[in-house]
Amino acid sequence: MTAASDTQSAVQPAYRRRDLTGIAVILGIAAIGYFLFPNNLALLTRILAIALLVLSLDLVTGFCGVATLGHAALFGAGAYAAGMAAAHWGITDPIAMVVVGAIGGAAAGLLSGVIILRGHGLSQLVLSIAVIHLFHEAANKASAYTGGSDGLAGISPDPLFGLFAFDLWGRTAYGFGVALLVIVFVLLRILVRSPFGMLCRGIREDPVRVGAMGGSVRGTLVKMYVISGAVAGVGGALNAISTQVVGLDSLSFTTSAEALVMLVLGGTGSLYGALLGTAVFMWFEDVVSAANPFHWLTMVGALLIAVVLFAPRGLFGTAALLLDRLKERRR
Amino acid sequence: MSPVFQVERLRKSFGGLAVTQDVSIAMEPGDRVALIGPNGAGKTTFVNLVVGHLAPDSGKVMLAGSDVTGLDPVRRVRQGLVRSFQVTRLFSDMTPQEHVALAILQRTGRSGRVLGHFQAMPEVMDETRTLFETLGLVAVATRKVAEIAYGQQRLLEIAIALALKPKVLLLDEPAAGVPQSDTPRIEAALAGLPPDLAVLMIEHDMDLVFRFAKRVIVLAAGAVIFDGSPQDVTKNARVREVYLGNYANDRSAA
Repeated sequence: MTAASDTQSAVQPAYRRRDLTGIAVILGIAAIGYFLFPNNLALLTRILAIALLVLSLDLVTGFCGVATLGHAALFGAGAYAAGMAAAHWGITDPIAMVVVGAIGGAAAGLLSGVIILRGHGLSQLVLSIAVIHLFHEAANKASAYTGGSDGLAGISPDPLFGLFAFDLWGRTAYGFGVALLVIVFVLLRILVRSPFGMLCRGIREDPVRVGAMGGSVRGTLVKMYVISGAVAGVGGALNAISTQVVGLDSLSFTTSAEALVMLVLGGTGSLYGALLGTAVFMWFEDVVSAANPFHWLTMVGALLIAVVLFAPRGLFGTAALLLDRLKERRR
Repeated sequence: MSPVFQVERLRKSFGGLAVTQDVSIAMEPGDRVALIGPNGAGKTTFVNLVVGHLAPDSGKVMLAGSDVTGLDPVRRVRQGLVRSFQVTRLFSDMTPQEHVALAILQRTGRSGRVLGHFQAMPEVMDETRTLFETLGLVAVATRKVAEIAYGQQRLLEIAIALALKPKVLLLDEPAAGVPQSDTPRIEAALAGLPPDLAVLMIEHDMDLVFRFAKRVIVLAAGAVIFDGSPQDVTKNARVREVYLGNYANDRSAA
């Protein structure tokens, strides 16, 4: 049994080394972005916030196999919770706002999870669309609290730790966003590797088998939805803090659908895929819409078709596959 | 000894068709029972009634003295009524080690943990290793299930069931689809099942039935027509009529 005990002792550090590499890569790319585009930090911060949404979507879609087109409900709930806390209830400390956002997102995750998980396959998808429209309409109607279609203004977060004010250039917001993303990323790496993460992967592959093991499929999925809601809520709160306004678009079907597109682009079922997909999609969108404001959507569509046809595992999934093959050939 | 598993006058009809008619079975710890019957005898319906995928029209399913008829399938598993599948249902992207670890974590109430990794839990790893040593799966423990042989996948089905430490084990055609060369390994695995476990095997392969079972129950048209020793089953006139008659019909049809 030396082989088995060897892998046992070797596996943990291998995972840890890979995680540290991942964090280093994220920080490296974040630093490059900061120095290359010092005048575009607002876009970079928006990418970070959406990356949190796509990571959150990956938890339920990539790891659990739940199809949803309504995931922005969780993101928007977080944004509105943090925004209303600051605008109406005087909670203007940025970290407290993030906590409120995470709680708001988790609550929205619980609610929409309970509804969406009633269905399977196509009916699940339709339920998720209904959920996002209901959230959107609720925020629109409750304009006394949310500002309705004018958006929620009057959010002025305090300086971070009382030291770093959220300046006009968005340096503080960007640094704060990078820190949030790295923290969430580390927590999610731990989560997907845990027994709970393994159970979720099992449910994605065969819920009947999990049931025959005595595992509760629905309970597990609802729990994942709550966790996913907290992650999306952090993203929403980050967006509210950095832009100091929350609009109805954060609760829209379009945002939900775009998040799914980014996830598929990067590769489902991998946290790196979610990050890569977000960065590539939003960067591409920005470049192409500046270069050709009339046909940029066509080009985004063409990119998507190309990825789905030629790299169905997504950019990260395909890259990982090619790397594996290279390694095997070297042996 | 008191029965650990009991089915009392179980009935189920689909429309006007009675697929299960007053079936009663009792099993004690350590029993090795084979349930056989021609196609359409109602074996699959019976399995679904017992595990809880179907609700009976009347009758009871008792496990270790308590009535589980009203419980859903997942609760029955937790109470110790575990099944294997006729067609393997495994997670193709995961390793045998992960499958068995998940079953152990589930049994010990730790599958919801969001921290830690099972490979860092020595008791889980030890139990997994012991099971794989018994079943001869050590060599493939960390390969993806999609890459291992079908016979090994069947053994893994048994390993998962055992990792749940059941009181009653329902084996649904454990050797189905396994190449002839691999059946001895399945038989060895069946012979090595825990002695106090009550095993009900649904099987077509008569050789396997005669080698494994101490008792045979024959189901025909939804009713039990024979319940006794393997030696007597072939002598029973009704069984011969139902079985051999059908075989004869099959032959002439083919």
